Amino acid sequence: MRETKYWTWHMAAGVVIFVLLGLHMTTMHMGGLTGLFVSHPGEESVARVNSQARDGQLLFTAGYIILLGVALYHGLYGLRTILFELTLRPTTEKSVSVVLVILGLALFGLGAWAAIAAHSAALVARG
Amino acid sequence: MAEIKRHDNRLGLWGWLGGGRWGVERYAYALHRLTGLGILFYFLIHIVVTSFRAGGIYLWTKGEMLDKPMFKVGEFLVFAAFAYHAFNGLRLVLVELGVAVGKPFEPVYPYKTSLGVQRPLMIAMMILAALVLVAGGAEFVGLAK
Repeated sequence: MRETKYWTWHMAAGVVIFVLLGLHMTTMHMGGLTGLFVSHPGEESVARVNSQARDGQLLFTAGYIILLGVALYHGLYGLRTILFELTLRPTTEKSVSVVLVILGLALFGLGAWAAIAAHSAALVARG
Repeated sequence: MAEIKRHDNRLGLWGWLGGGRWGVERYAYALHRLTGLGILFYFLIHIVVTSFRAGGIYLWTKGEMLDKPMFKVGEFLVFAAFAYHAFNGLRLVLVELGVAVGKPFEPVYPYKTSLGVQRPLMIAMMILAALVLVAGGAEFVGLAK
């Protein structure tokens, strides 16, 4: 029952990622075609000025943190599913779960801190 | 608690990657996993690399460490993996919810496979993935700036 719940979250996370990562990819790799979220049109989407402009918007910072959490869950749960199909021993399964949870939380902490710090720095730079 | 009976992985890697008689959807499943693992590997590194921007270091911008053809090619491969994984994943969610798989029917000989019923969804999703890949690819090769 618990695994069914995790699987349902995995699928729901996939739909959220489809939207948020789709926006991220459209912004970063199709900015020339769409002009989406390009604050400095003369520069590339990935240019420092455009990155800082996006970091300075609260909606982007919140979006990055949500995408970070949801994508980490989706990716690490997917990896866990693949590893569990190798018919591991119960103790190994438990260890794999613990390692993935710790890795996920650590990377979420790092990414969320960076997003908030970059947001604050962009606001200071804007004045 | 019931003990799970464990079996040897007698098919090995082929059991994971091979489609056998299951058709193109089985290969789509294997590719979904491979692209998922590739994207995850990139994503974990991406979190660390982009975190440096908190200290004012933008490693992906012009003249910086990641502004090299090798990394651009790698980035395009990740983009291609994303395009496939996203649209195939959407297909999997729709199929899981019972969309485009047809109504259930009693199995009467000669048996029919249900794979043909969901094949149009597979084709539609792959066309969408290809369109996104072309649009993104145009920017990677510098046709759209």
